[in-house]
Amino acid sequence: MQGLKKSLLTAVWFMFLTFPIMVIRVNTIEKTIVWRWENLALVGISVFLLSYVWRFLMSRRERGNKQNAFATDDRAQAFRALIEDRRIRYSLIAAFAIFVGVFPFLFSMYQVNIMISALIYIMLGLGLNIVVGLAGLLDLGFVAFYAVGAYAYALLNLHFGLGFWAVLPMAAVLGAFVGILLGFPVLRLRGDYLAIVTLGFGEIIRLVLENWGTFTRGPSGISNIPRPDLFGLEFGLQGRIIYMYYVVLALVLFTIAVVTRLKYSRIGRAWMALREDEIACQAMGIDKTQTKLMAFSLGATWAAMAGVVFAAKTSFINPASFTFLESAMILSIVVLGGMGSTVGVILGALILILLPEYLRAFAEYRMIVFGAIMVLFMVFRPQGLIRDRRLKRRFHPAESSKGAEAVPTGEGMARGAGSHG
Amino acid sequence: MAEAGPVLDVRNLTMDFGGLRAIDSVSLDIMPGEIVALIGPNGAGKTTFFNCVTGLYTPTSGEILLSARGQRKRLNGLKPNHITALGMARTFQNIRLFPHMTVLENVMIGRHCRTRSSIFGAIFRPPATRQEEAESIEISYGLLKEVGLTALVDETANNLPYGAQRRLEIARAMATEPALLLLDEPAAGMNPSETRELQALILRLREKHDLSILLIEHDMKLVMSLSDRVCVLEYGTQIAQSTPEEVSRDPRVIKAYLGEEADA
Ligand SMILES: Nc1ncnc2c1ncn2[C@@H]1O[C@H](COP(=O)(O)OP(=O)(O)O)[C@@H](O)[C@H]1O
Ligand SMILES: [Mg+2]
Repeated sequence: MQGLKKSLLTAVWFMFLTFPIMVIRVNTIEKTIVWRWENLALVGISVFLLSYVWRFLMSRRERGNKQNAFATDDRAQAFRALIEDRRIRYSLIAAFAIFVGVFPFLFSMYQVNIMISALIYIMLGLGLNIVVGLAGLLDLGFVAFYAVGAYAYALLNLHFGLGFWAVLPMAAVLGAFVGILLGFPVLRLRGDYLAIVTLGFGEIIRLVLENWGTFTRGPSGISNIPRPDLFGLEFGLQGRIIYMYYVVLALVLFTIAVVTRLKYSRIGRAWMALREDEIACQAMGIDKTQTKLMAFSLGATWAAMAGVVFAAKTSFINPASFTFLESAMILSIVVLGGMGSTVGVILGALILILLPEYLRAFAEYRMIVFGAIMVLFMVFRPQGLIRDRRLKRRFHPAESSKGAEAVPTGEGMARGAGSHG
Repeated sequence: MAEAGPVLDVRNLTMDFGGLRAIDSVSLDIMPGEIVALIGPNGAGKTTFFNCVTGLYTPTSGEILLSARGQRKRLNGLKPNHITALGMARTFQNIRLFPHMTVLENVMIGRHCRTRSSIFGAIFRPPATRQEEAESIEISYGLLKEVGLTALVDETANNLPYGAQRRLEIARAMATEPALLLLDEPAAGMNPSETRELQALILRLREKHDLSILLIEHDMKLVMSLSDRVCVLEYGTQIAQSTPEEVSRDPRVIKAYLGEEADA
């Protein structure tokens, strides 16, 4: 009841405030005033509904928070138990692996192409996840490194005829290098300041690409970039797309393996500690600058490799592919999926890239829907789809007689990937 | 350590914040194996003293020298992580754990400066890295055992009760293999039985790890029974430095504390 009244009040306020622009229209030529009362009704009704829905959600959220942190926890735990049951888990993973493995033979080339895009974004998301999710550095210029990789391939191919496989490692090194170069001046900054400066760097790189025509061919871009080859074998068009799919899939698997290992390593722990408390982190002997720089340049490495793949996939690149929107998209993937969580980032990429493709009807509202999703997530599930969980180590307290007791079981760090995303 | 010189030698340390002189020419040395208490009313500059010594603040003037791990170094101007690597570790007055990392991982962070493996080690996991990691786990687990937290290894730090968080901070600091441990109000918020346990723990750690300890504490009973020497600060100046018995009889100290009514 209370809520209804409040929403009504909000609606009246909005009707009043928007009255001059929504209702009155002065026709200066005929010197008449048109009263558009239907607009008033429209504003009133929609504001009332929105406000009511919002209030409802908020109150539900609050009740949820207060009353049963436990109930939901139980449910989540039951679900986890199900997932953690070995047989179920392995059969799920196996089914998923088979599906991914035969995907190109089940679906049309159009679908395969879309999936390749999604895989590229998974790579980008996992790369950015190192910087944002693990090390807690808000980087809004990630796309700069993506562009560096793409242009590295395009230009090296154009001028020196280098192939995909030759450029891939070169781009990785170049990405790391550029990451260090850009990271050095900006990593003294924190939080929002870092975000703004990296945003600026991203735009600068794009503007350079656009305006340095003699080197990059400016806005018209570079075309005829070859797809990856396999020991000089020639495929048909379809074969090349399928091959491309497997190349990207392999790179994604490689990325997942690397990221997982990093996460549970000395370096990965240092990144997380840095994210959690910079001062304590330094006081415990971790070199802040060096550690940040490592995260930043490693993220850049992955962006650059994804860039090479992107150039090879589209076979045409120009600066328009590397706008801020792209950075925002990758960041959304990480935030939506769950910062720090590998599985989360993969889910986030699949949702954010595949959904718009299959909901073409909403294409025009894409950004609005995006914004709405992000806001809703920030309010109701700030930890993202998948909450990052720390790996548990199981100790055997059995032989705790003296010095070297309690050894962690094999379940240890090497296999964190599966369940602990 | 056989050498006779002090582990920590602070001479005429002064720290200004704008117009406020938080520490005014304080000198203090700590001998190997000694437990020294730094006491004084709230706002006397004790935490600031810690922050200067550990490199979080750059002191306005004065000398700080550390003799640990077989070398003697001037600490002025060094970064906090560098100082920790030289053999000094601390805890914080308002606990600063890594809240979303597990208890074991928190301690393993302390191992960072004593281990070497790089990004390449992390990715390719050569035998050296595996061994280093296994050692880190073993040492960290051993420390958790010393502070009595083995039951909670897999818990995230923010889920720990208060007293356990304080002990975890000590274990984390110990993982850096310090020669000198700085404890900032370790008993704050503990009940009497926890405080007794803490006292036993501090003595055990000193025994086992050849440790010198500098301790800020308001619990006078703890200070009196633990420390070999007490240094009293008031408004940034040192008003006394001697044995616990003498300090507790010193009229200036009594006045400083009566004026403040022994703040807790
Ligand atoms: N970073 C800072 N900037 C300005 N003043 C500070 C800072 N840190 C401490 N102070 C001031 O220094 C004095 C000593 O504080 P502190 O060392 O925290 O006292 P305590 O003995 O209770 O630990 C206080 O007056 C405090 O306000
Ligand atoms: Mg203090």
